Amino acid sequence: MEFGNSGMLNEDGIHVDMDRLKKGEVNLGTSIMAINFKDGVILGADSRTTTGAYIANRVTDKLTQVHDTIWCCRSGSAADTQAVADIVHYQLGMYAIQNGRPPTTQTAAAMFQELCYENKDRLSAGLIIAGWDERHGGQVYSIPLGGSLHKQSYAIGGSGSTYIYGYCDANWKEGMDEETAVNFVKGALQEAIKWDGSSGGVIRMVVLTKKGANRHLYLPDTDYTVRHE
Amino acid sequence: MVFVQVSPRLRFPSKFPKLSFSVKQFEANHVTGADLYFVASGIQFGHANQTRASGAWRAQAPDGCQTIGFKPSHHSITSTVVPNTFSTSIGTGYDLTNSVFSPDGRNFQVEYAVKAVENGGTSIGIRCKDGVVLAVEKVISSKLLKAGANKRIATVDRHIGAVSSGLVPDGRHFVSRARDEASSWRSTYKTPITVKDLASRMGGYLQAYTLYSSVRPFGITGIVAGWDSELELPVDGQVGSGPKIGSGGKVEGKKYGGPGLFMIEPSGQYWGYYGAATGKGRQTAKAELEKLDLAAGKLSLQDGVKEAARIIYVAHADNKDKEFELEMTWISSLDGPTKGRHEEVPKDILEEAEKLAKKHLDDDDDEEETKEDDKMEE
Amino acid sequence: MNHLPQAWGRPRDDVYGAYDHAYLQNGPKQHTQSPAVTGTSVLALKFKDGVVIAADNLASYGSLARFTDVKRLRKFADTTVVGFGGDVSDMQYLDRLLNSLDIEEAYGGSSHTLNAQNLHTYLSKVMYKRRSEFNPLWNQLLVAGLDGEGKPFLASADLLGTTFSSPSLATGFGAHLAQPLLRKVAFDEEAAAKLTVEEAVEAIKESMKVLFYRDARSLDKYSIAVVTKDGIDLKQDEKLEKQSWAFADQIRGYGTQIN
Repeated sequence: MEFGNSGMLNEDGIHVDMDRLKKGEVNLGTSIMAINFKDGVILGADSRTTTGAYIANRVTDKLTQVHDTIWCCRSGSAADTQAVADIVHYQLGMYAIQNGRPPTTQTAAAMFQELCYENKDRLSAGLIIAGWDERHGGQVYSIPLGGSLHKQSYAIGGSGSTYIYGYCDANWKEGMDEETAVNFVKGALQEAIKWDGSSGGVIRMVVLTKKGANRHLYLPDTDYTVRHE
Repeated sequence: MVFVQVSPRLRFPSKFPKLSFSVKQFEANHVTGADLYFVASGIQFGHANQTRASGAWRAQAPDGCQTIGFKPSHHSITSTVVPNTFSTSIGTGYDLTNSVFSPDGRNFQVEYAVKAVENGGTSIGIRCKDGVVLAVEKVISSKLLKAGANKRIATVDRHIGAVSSGLVPDGRHFVSRARDEASSWRSTYKTPITVKDLASRMGGYLQAYTLYSSVRPFGITGIVAGWDSELELPVDGQVGSGPKIGSGGKVEGKKYGGPGLFMIEPSGQYWGYYGAATGKGRQTAKAELEKLDLAAGKLSLQDGVKEAARIIYVAHADNKDKEFELEMTWISSLDGPTKGRHEEVPKDILEEAEKLAKKHLDDDDDEEETKEDDKMEE
Repeated sequence: MNHLPQAWGRPRDDVYGAYDHAYLQNGPKQHTQSPAVTGTSVLALKFKDGVVIAADNLASYGSLARFTDVKRLRKFADTTVVGFGGDVSDMQYLDRLLNSLDIEEAYGGSSHTLNAQNLHTYLSKVMYKRRSEFNPLWNQLLVAGLDGEGKPFLASADLLGTTFSSPSLATGFGAHLAQPLLRKVAFDEEAAAKLTVEEAVEAIKESMKVLFYRDARSLDKYSIAVVTKDGIDLKQDEKLEKQSWAFADQIRGYGTQIN
C-alpha cells in the first residue's frame, strides 16, 4: 500500500512523534488545593482522571501520604507524580529512621523540589505539598511545572484551578477555624468541578493537625453537602 | 620439636635476666591432656595444658607474669607472655595494627591515638545561654612563625565552628570532612545541618577509622560548636512566605534550636557538653569548667569569652616553659553580636579577656604567697 | 491487534502505514528550551555612592499572574545584590549556588569577601558554561554593588553567557521601556557619578511605574535596594505610588465620539 501526502489521514498514514503520544495519556486534569488554617492544613482534590475526554477513573485519590502528617496533592501525569511521591515517601521514611525524628514539611518540600527541578525535562508534575509538624504547625508549598518552590498561605493547582483564582482570592481569610476552612475548600473545588471539564467526581479532603490526619469525603449526588462517613 | 615465640620487645623483670625458651618435645596433634612446660634459664617459666573436656589449651604464667594468647599448632606454639608490672599492650602484638582487639576487649591503636591528643595544646568549648565559645591554646613551635597565622579553629558552616587537640593535620582533615558533611546536608535537605547531626556524622566517620587495618585512628579529639536557629527555617532558596499571621497549629511552649557543643574522641565516641576540654591541660580546664555551673544555663556569652580565656591561661600554667597564643571564636544567638554566625572574637574583646585572664593568674599567685606568709606568722 | 509487544500502542500499519522510525531517533539529549514560572524586568542605576536596583514581586505562569510574593532581589554577603529575571526555579538554583559560595568564603576566616565584580565574573562563567552544555539557566541577571576599588559596580549576565556593563541597565521589557528613561538621567559614567541617591531612586521608581503601565507581566508591588559601602538597604514590600490614571476621564470613544 502506497502512502501519499494529500493531507488525508487514510491516504498519508500518520507520522507522529511516538514520544509525544504518551503525553497526556493519563492526565490528572485536575483541581487540587491546600490551605493553612488555625490548627494546621487542609488538602483537597476532585477525583477525576482522564485520557482525552474519557474518564479513566472517576473516584481517583489524588491526596497522597508521604509521611505521617506530610501529604501532597498531585496534578499532571499520574505516572510521573506517583513515581515522585513514592521516592519522597521512601526518603522521608529513611530520614525519620536515620535521624530519630520526624521530617518537617520543609524537608519534604526540598526533596520534592530536587526531583522536580533536576528532572524538569522529563516530568510533567504539578505538586502541592502540605504538612503539619510540632515546630512549624501547618505549612503549604507549591511546586509548579519548572520545579520552583513557593511557600504559600494557600495553594491551588491543576487545570481546574484557573477557574477559581477569583473565588479563592475573594473568600480567603487567614486563621480560619476548621469548619470555615473545610467549607472554603469545598466551595472552591465545587466551582472548579463545575467549570472545568477535566475535573469532577467526589471531593476528597485531608485535615492535618496535631491530632494527625483526618479524611473527609463529599459526594456529588448530595451536592457535596454531607460528609460521607 | 616445638618452638615458643616471644616478641623481642619484651622486657622482663630482673628475676628473668636471660630469657630463652626451651620446650620439651611435644607433638601437638596427638597429645590430649598433655602438660607443657616453658623453661627459661633453667627456671620453669610457665605451664600449659590441654583440658580434656574442651580440647582447648590453657596457659599459666609464673608469678609476676601473665600469658596473653596461646596458640599451639602442628608445628609451633605461639605464646605471648608479659610481665604484670607493664601495661598489657606493649609487646603483646595486639597494638601493632588497627582493627584488632586485645583479649580483654581493647583497641590499643585507639588508646595510643588518645595519647596523641593528650600531648596537644588545650582546646575548650563553653556552651553559654546565648552562644558558644571556642578557645585553643596554640603552642608556638617556632619564633619564625607569623603571629596570628595558622588558625586552629575553623568554620565548618556559617553557624558551626570546630577545633581539635592532637595531631594538627588530622585536625585539618577532620574539619575538611565536617565541611563536606555540612554542605552535603545542605544540598540534600536545603537547610543548615544542626550541631548535633554534624557531631553524629563525625562520630560515625571517626569510628570507621578504628575498623580497618589500612588506616589509623584520628590523633585528635574534636570539639564542634554552633548555634541552631531558634526561628522557623525556610527551605534554602524558597520564595514566598506563607500566611501573614504565621502558620497555624504550632505546639506552643516548646523551644527549638539554641547552642550546641559536642566533643568527638578518636574512638568515634561523642557526647554533648555544657563545657568541653581536651588536650594537655584538659584536667585543669575541666576542673575550672565544672566550677562555672554551666548546666544552670546562666552564663552569658560575653562572660563565657572571659572565662574561656582565663581557663586557657590557667590550663597553660602547667606548661609554662612554652609560649602560646590564645585563639578564640564564638557563635552568638541570632540577635547577638555574630547573628548566629561562627566568627573570630573581635580583637578588642579578645585582648580585654586576655588582660583579665593574666590579672587573674597574678592574683592567684599573690593569694598563695599571702597564705604562705600567714603560715609563717603562725 | 497484533500479538507483538513492539506494535502495541501504535497506529495500525494496515490503516496508517508503517511508522516512520525517523521520529524515534531523537538525536542528542534535549534540555528544557523554555522557562515555566518567570519573573519580568530588573532595573538598576549607578549613582555617586553606589547602585540602586529594583524588580517587581511577580512570578508569572504564562500570562497567569500566579505568585505575587516572589522576591527577585537576592543579597549576597551584605555587599552585593543580584536581581533575577527569567525562570524562578533557575533563580532558586543560583541562589543556593551563591549561598554555598558564601559559606566557602567564610572558611577562609579572613574579612575578605567577594565583591560585586568578583561575583559577576563568577556568575557569568556559570551562565556561559551552562549555555555551552545546551542546558542554559534561563535568567537575565543584574549584579549591583561595589568593585575592588570601592566604586559603584553594575553589570549583567544572561542565559547565553553574554555580559554587559553600563551606568544603567535593565532586563526584559525594561531594556526597551526603562533603559531609555534611565539613560536620560545617567547618559554616561560621568553623569551617573553626579547623581544623588534620591535622584537615582526617583528615576528607578519612575521607570518601574512605566513598566507597570506597559508590561503585561508586571505587578505594582516591588522590591528595591540601595547598595553602598555602608551596606544594603533592601525594601521588599514597596507599592508603586503616584500613578497617573485620572486622564482616562478625557478619553471618550475611539475617534470622533463626544460623549
